[in-house]
Parts: sequence; C-alpha cells; structure tokens
Amino acid sequence: MHAADGYARATGKVGVCLATSGPGATNLVTGIANAYLDSIPLVAITGQVRADLIGTDAFQEADVTGITLPIVKHSYLVQSAAEIPQVIHEAFHIASTGRPGPVVIDVPVTAELAELTYRRPDGPHLAGYKPTVEGHVKQVRAAARAILEAERPVLYVGGGVISAGAADELRALAELVQVPVTTTLMGLGAVDEREPLALGMLGMHGTVTANYAVHECDLLIGVGVRFDDRVTGKLSAFAPQAKAIIHIDVDPAEIGKNVEPSIPIVGDARHVLAALLAELEKMERPAGRTAAWLQKLEGWKTEYPLHYEQPADGTVAPQFVIEEIERVTGGDAVIVTDVGQHQMWSTLYFHYRFPRQWISSGGLGTMGFGLPAAIGAKLGRPDKTVIDVSGDGGFQMTMQELATAVNYNVPVVVAILNNGYLGMVRQWQDLFWNKRYSFTCIEVQPDFAMLAEAFGAKGMRVSSSGDVGDALREAIDSGRPTVIDFKVAAEENVFPMVPAGQSITEMIGGKAPRKTGGAKP
Amino acid sequence: MKHTLSVLVENKPGVLTRVAGLFARRGFNIESLAVGESEDPRLSRMTITIDGAEHPIDQVTKQLHKLINVVKIRDLDPQHTVTAELMLIKVAAEGDKRTDVLQIAEIFKAKIVDVERRSLMLRVVGAGDKLEALLELLQPIGVLEVTRTGMIAIGRGRG
Repeated sequence: MHAADGYARATGKVGVCLATSGPGATNLVTGIANAYLDSIPLVAITGQVRADLIGTDAFQEADVTGITLPIVKHSYLVQSAAEIPQVIHEAFHIASTGRPGPVVIDVPVTAELAELTYRRPDGPHLAGYKPTVEGHVKQVRAAARAILEAERPVLYVGGGVISAGAADELRALAELVQVPVTTTLMGLGAVDEREPLALGMLGMHGTVTANYAVHECDLLIGVGVRFDDRVTGKLSAFAPQAKAIIHIDVDPAEIGKNVEPSIPIVGDARHVLAALLAELEKMERPAGRTAAWLQKLEGWKTEYPLHYEQPADGTVAPQFVIEEIERVTGGDAVIVTDVGQHQMWSTLYFHYRFPRQWISSGGLGTMGFGLPAAIGAKLGRPDKTVIDVSGDGGFQMTMQELATAVNYNVPVVVAILNNGYLGMVRQWQDLFWNKRYSFTCIEVQPDFAMLAEAFGAKGMRVSSSGDVGDALREAIDSGRPTVIDFKVAAEENVFPMVPAGQSITEMIGGKAPRKTGGAKP
Repeated sequence: MKHTLSVLVENKPGVLTRVAGLFARRGFNIESLAVGESEDPRLSRMTITIDGAEHPIDQVTKQLHKLINVVKIRDLDPQHTVTAELMLIKVAAEGDKRTDVLQIAEIFKAKIVDVERRSLMLRVVGAGDKLEALLELLQPIGVLEVTRTGMIAIGRGRG
C-alpha cells in the first residue's frame, strides 16, 4: 500500500494496490488511512470470499468495506462481474478528482472468476459527486483586492498545491505581488526553497522566520491547506495580526473547520491561483508595497538561521547527513522519509526545488512508510535518484521490503540515521518528561549493513563525518538497493520546536546564536 | 437551535452506514433519523434532526456532502416545513384507567389500534412536542412500551 502511495506521490497518477481477502485486506488499513489523511489518489482492490458466503464468517472473510469506511473517500463491494467495469472507472475518477483520496474495491472471488464481454462504460454516473474546480469570481476579486491592500502578506501553501499541479501559478503569483511563501510538510517543493521569497516550513518544527512571518502578517493566504494543529499550534494565537485570511481549498468542508476565513474560495488550487493571477495582472499594483516586510523577513533569516553543533563524541551529526545528501545529489534527488526526527531534519536541512520531490507521511505520521514508499517512488520516477531517509526505529517496521527492492531490482538508497532511539518520542520525554525515557531506547537492533547483505542488497556503515559524502556517492553509483547505516549522535534534538498546544512563536531552540553548520533559511 | 436536514441519497446498500458512520466519527449527535424511499426509487430521503448549538451545522452538511452517495442536502426552514412523526404506545389500561386513556387518546386524535383485556395500543401522528405531551399524560397511567419512527419533514410549496 505504501509503495502504491509513494508511486502516486512521485508521479501524480493514481496508485494501485492489490491484496487478498481477510488478513491481506486488513493489512492495508494503515496504508489506506495514511493516504486518506494526506489526500493521495489510490485504488485498493481487495479480494473477498464468494459472494454467496459473505456474512457467514467464511475462511479469510473480513468486512473490508466496513473496516475501511471511515478512512476512504469511497468504497465498493462488488456483487457480480458485470459491475466491475463501471466500478473501476468510477473508482479512478473519484480517487483522482476533487480532493484526491483512496478508494477501496472489494471483489468477491466469484466475480473475479466470472467471464463477461467488456464494454467501456460511458462515464461515471455519480449524481452526488461534482467537485468545484473554478473559484467564485467575486471571491477571487475580493482576494486580489485584499492582497494589494496588504503590507505584510504571507502565502501559506500545502499539499493541495502539489496535488493540483499549481506550483507554476504559485510562483508567478508570489513574484508578481512579492509575497513570501511558507509551506506545510505536505507542501514542501511547491516553491524552490533557494528563492528569496521562500521562508521554509512553518509549524511545530518550522523555521523561526516562517513562524514569525505568520505571527506578524496582516494577510494570510492559505492555499491547499487545512490549518492542522501541527501547523497552527494554539489556534487562538495563530496569525493574530491578520486583518484578513484567504482560504483556497478544493474541499469545502476544510473551509471554516479550524479557522474561519474572511475570504473563502472553494476550487482547485491551480485554477483559482491562475484566476487570481489574471485578476492581479489587470489591476494597478503599487510597487514596493511589501519591500519593508520582505526586508524584515530577510533580517530574521540572518538572525535566526538553522544551526547545529558537531557531536562531541565524534559521531555524525544527523543534520549533516541531510546536507550531504543535498550536496551529493545536486539537490535533484527525490527524498522519501519515514516518520520521526530524521523526517524533520529532512524538511529543514534540504532545499526542496520542485513538486513531488518530497514524499513523506504527513497526517497519519506512519512509521514504516519510508522504504516501501521509496520503492514505489523509484518505480514511478526511474530517472531520479531516490533516497529514503529513515530512522533505526521506522526502518525496522517494514525492512522486509528490501526483498521487494532486490527482487524487482529497484535501486533505492536507504539512509538510516541510526541513533538507537525512537528519537522523536525520546525528545519529548527529554524536554517535557524530565528525561524519563520509556520504551524509546532500542537496545537490541540488527546490524543493518549485514541485514541488507542478507537480503541481497548492498550494506554499508558510516561512523565518521568525513565518510558521509563518499558513502552516499558509492551507494548511488552502485545502481543497487543499498542501506547505509549512519551512526549519528544519540541524543540530538530537532530544533526549532514549538511545544504542542503553544503559540507558534513559543519556539524552543530557535534563537540560539549562529554556530557551525546549516544555512537553510 | 434544532436543524432538520432533508438528505437525498442514492438508494444503495450501505448508504445508511456511511451517513451514520460519518456522524459517529465526527462526533455529531443525531437526535432523530428517518429514512425511506423517495419519489424516485433510485433515491432515498433521510430526515435528520440535529442540535445546531452542539455542532456547527455548516460543518455537518459539508461533511455529509463529501459522501459520494449523498446527492442533495436541504437545511429545512422550520417556518416553511411540515413535520410529522408516528408513535405507537402500549398503555396498561384496566378498570377505570381505560376511560382515562380513551379520553386522552381522543384529545390527541390518537387511534386505538389494539385492544387487550389489560392494555390498549395507541397510534398517534404529530410533531415531536405533541407526542411528548401525550406521553407525559399517559406516563402516570402506565406506559408499557413506546416506539417512534423519528421525524420526517418536507418543505412547503413547490420548491
């Protein structure tokens, strides 16, 4: 399921996954929930027992449509083979349009084995499904006026911009009216982070500049975002100075769910941004209106850069591994991650440049996502180097997929930032629970390099900073599935950090003086 | 404020589960729900009553709209809506009590649909408050069993 998900995220096409009935189907549940929370277009086809046995607790029977009901965009329980063509067409249509999401098709074996003459359905017949694509003209005009009135505007963009393919429109808009852009975790890659208007990610582990910008902005323009708690922190203290909030989203239910916008626009991000751009191009635009604001943001970037220290014990700094991945790949690789500290360091210390370059489990935070998703991403984008940044915890949840990578010769590089902990939870226990480390220390772990070799993959081990770059180069050049076990500093924390439920200006570790290392704004 | 939603859904297996599941998952509390075939046999109409003070009605309807099988939702304006609910009540009615029950039934235009030696069964149609009032009067006499259909509603006029 994660492989189909990674494929869908890397290509924008619908990912497809097949599973057998009962336990096969129930094993998809986490993957379906993961895709649902991140709005990824997937079709999962599950086997079911014979139609006449459904409901009798037959061998390997599970109520798959029932189990997955709250985590699908839609689902089907096929009764006979005659329904299959129509159902498949509808499923792909539903999965890939509007707000994308996973669709489950449960197919009894009797329908699978029956024969029929295929006729292409004349289209989906879905009376109750008509996603809004174009934004309301008046609302778009109101948004354009608000943008031109604002002195301290910020674009806050998320996964909706990626899934709508709206990055070009976004860049054109940001440049035309000189509005800085911060992205959510799901929105990374929507803007080239090397551009001066890019502020990096916002939220719990966002950059100081991005969080301050949102705090002090007078206009917040949310595009394809859902004001998630990891982004907003304490809602009542989110964007307190904003005189107006524009919220553009294809899902009307997201508008007003967490934050009441003053200018809501329901529609596809690409269409709405294009309309907004056209509107702004027609209007008279006072020059240099946001210049003072941009200057202030530049000041924060200089004052509060990301920073880390080289570990005193001679191990590798995890942040340095991410920087080396960017250097060695020229910043062009597709970066897939698991979930945890390594994921956050990957958001912070790599400059994303293009949409679909960044593939990570956002809403559900699914450990074990990385390796299978990387395999799917590599199958979708064989032209790109695909690096799976993982942790020693998450990797062990799906490491058996190395067999898949070897079997189908999918040359992904797994970079394990091995600190011997479930690091993100350990960090919370460190910061908020007086270092009472519970169930976070991985005392027994396999030798990852040997494990990789046992699967027929290439295994490597790196324990000094000087070898990081060469090891990455060697792994990429090998053209084989490769696992590199980076022995990193054990108790390094991810900073900046906003404690849960606090205002996003209440950052820990954001204001430390500039030290060695990272320079990403 | 109480809201009455008239929800047109596809008449397919599992649709009621989807609607009920959505309410459960989002923590919306249903006060009453009635469902049956509509004027078009391919569609069913659900009448759902919820407390608007408890849940933002806007969120409820938007989330409902996301269900693929939901075709149309109307938040009915109470000023222009006819509502009705059917209730069956079994009342203990021996001796003197029998006359009391029959009198109350007549006031409420409730029909006696079953007569036993020790009990009577009443069928009554009306808005929720009327049914509540009837129940309140019968309670001291001895209500044995009650079943209600949940409210159904329809907007006045052609609209």
